[in-house]
Amino acid sequence: MTAYILRRLWQMVPTMLGVIILVFFLFNWVGGDPAYILAGKMSNIEQINNIRHQLGVDQPYYVQLWIFIKQIVTFDFGVSWSTGETVAHVLATRIGPSLTVLIPLTILETLIAIALALGIAFVRGSLTDRLVMVACTVGMSISILVYIIVFQYWFAYKWSIFPVQGWGDSVVENLFHYSLLPILIGLAVSVAPTLRLFRTFVLDEVNQDYVRTARAKGVSERRIVWVHVLRNAAIPIITYVMSNLPGLLIGVFLLERFFGIPGIGREVILAVDRSDFPVIKAITVYVAAATMIFNLLTDLLYQAVDPRVQLK
Amino acid sequence: MSINETQVSPGLWTLAWRRLRADKIAMFAMTIVLLFLLLLVLSATGLVAGDWDSEVGVNYAPPTFVGAQSADERISSAPAASAEAPPENPLDPLKDIIRQLRKESATSQPPIVNDYGIADPIGKEMAEIRQELAKSGSKAVVVRRETLPFGADKWGHDIIKKTIKGSETSIVVGLVAALLATALGTVFGAVSGYFGHAVDDFFNWFYSIFTSIPNMLLIMAVAAVLQHKGVTTIVLILGLTGWTGTYRLIRAEYLKHKAREYVLAADAIGASHWRKMFSHIFPNVSHVALVQMSILSVGFIKAEVILSFLGFGVPVGVVSWGSMLNEAQNELILGKWWQLTAASIAMAVLVTAFSLFTDALRDALDPKLK
Repeated sequence: MTAYILRRLWQMVPTMLGVIILVFFLFNWVGGDPAYILAGKMSNIEQINNIRHQLGVDQPYYVQLWIFIKQIVTFDFGVSWSTGETVAHVLATRIGPSLTVLIPLTILETLIAIALALGIAFVRGSLTDRLVMVACTVGMSISILVYIIVFQYWFAYKWSIFPVQGWGDSVVENLFHYSLLPILIGLAVSVAPTLRLFRTFVLDEVNQDYVRTARAKGVSERRIVWVHVLRNAAIPIITYVMSNLPGLLIGVFLLERFFGIPGIGREVILAVDRSDFPVIKAITVYVAAATMIFNLLTDLLYQAVDPRVQLK
Repeated sequence: MSINETQVSPGLWTLAWRRLRADKIAMFAMTIVLLFLLLLVLSATGLVAGDWDSEVGVNYAPPTFVGAQSADERISSAPAASAEAPPENPLDPLKDIIRQLRKESATSQPPIVNDYGIADPIGKEMAEIRQELAKSGSKAVVVRRETLPFGADKWGHDIIKKTIKGSETSIVVGLVAALLATALGTVFGAVSGYFGHAVDDFFNWFYSIFTSIPNMLLIMAVAAVLQHKGVTTIVLILGLTGWTGTYRLIRAEYLKHKAREYVLAADAIGASHWRKMFSHIFPNVSHVALVQMSILSVGFIKAEVILSFLGFGVPVGVVSWGSMLNEAQNELILGKWWQLTAASIAMAVLVTAFSLFTDALRDALDPKLK
């Protein structure tokens, strides 16, 4: 097991190096001279040279790349270009609000989608099944922006059931007051595609031999679906949920933006808007690293769910 | 000889087309998509909605079926226009004629040809100046309409025409970006699967880099770097970041096909690598690329709307569904719901039809799946 984990971590090195080179290429080469962005319009040659020296962009490219790698390893990306806050502090304070929305959203979405998918598996091919699938397709076709704008207008602005936006200091207040509507909208948007996917996972299993065997020995239909099928469908479901988590950190950015939640996603939008390169660079590199770690965790979880899986 | 000619067995595409034809939902969805594409062509050539940015209505003119607003309800409308066109009296027996007259005067443009019947070189500019004067001055030449079939936006643009123009931008961006992404994915996948070994390792490494960064984050990072805003930029952003799924599938197909007999036969008669890859193998895997392109188009249309909404997409002055939703967000608070509704419905209808068509296309081309 330890050997397996170590080898997997070792295999991540070239990919991580690739991510670093890609980000470096984008921001230090395609992005042009950052000194001009930083100095703004009111600048003279001296100021620009001064900034260039501070950032190290007057050095050759390999030195700059080395500086970048050192920044990643030491978690020291310097300060944000627009607010002067250190990037490490930006990341540390923005991750909490993002997770406050993300964790309940993921858990609820997965549970609801699994329940619906198994329920639909009972009536596969029927009119209900087809109507639900059409409803999913239509629901997926409406832009998330429309959901957010309309829900925020009716539920928060018009009917005042939820706060329009805002964020407090206490976790309980944030979770049970400010996060409710964002989570509700997140569910409205994400259950449809997830359900469609989980339905195919379940339908892949219901035609297997073990289901026929279970039926032959008189196991109830309910028990077949909720015990036998679910246990087997769990593997692709876990893969999907786990590998999606780091992406969701960014994926909830629209919710964060509309509801004024100071999370990672909103930070990305602000950073792109202000050309705040250090913040985007740091978020991109660390989210990529998190994605790789999560893929490893997913594989480790397999073994817990399915004893047949041998990690080699 | 004649028997051979009459008994040609149907190919993949013929069979797929037959299956697609038998699927009523698919044909209905395809008709809607084709209608949108027709509208796109008409709009791109200027035949429809070419004058979407002329200010034909009063500011925030409501849809006709809602009825005109009273003057105090209006947020800020041109005083000259409101003086010229008092609210319609529903009991007036002449109201239809008045409406018709207003409509004609609103749509008639000042002639470019001058009073002497000679084409005026600065006629257009003069006409614009006259219009400006008319708007600000005491005498209104162009009477703006109180209501439009589906309302007007902040500046009095006709929402229906604006939505058509917005559809053009959003669909073109989606389709061109999908074409670019599919082309990249196909070429990478073909080269990687066909040559294998070190080439394959390199492309797999490249693939693992792009898939380890969440797609939206990658799009945002590229958007941050490319400072120049434009339709081309957004096509490039989406196209350059979206090739990974196609790559994976096409690579797998090439791995499978390169050992088949027809490829060995092509090799035996001395076909070049390029020829084997794209003349011999590609036609046999092109259906995978087509389905991928269809899936990507839907995804990219949605992505363009989000990017343009955030202001990272189409530049100011270009209308897309995303920029319409951006305006509509603030209008909703004022109770002007029509722009939001128009853009949302247009997008939902197209994306639903396109998704249903994509599903049917995939099933028709790969009947093993279902």
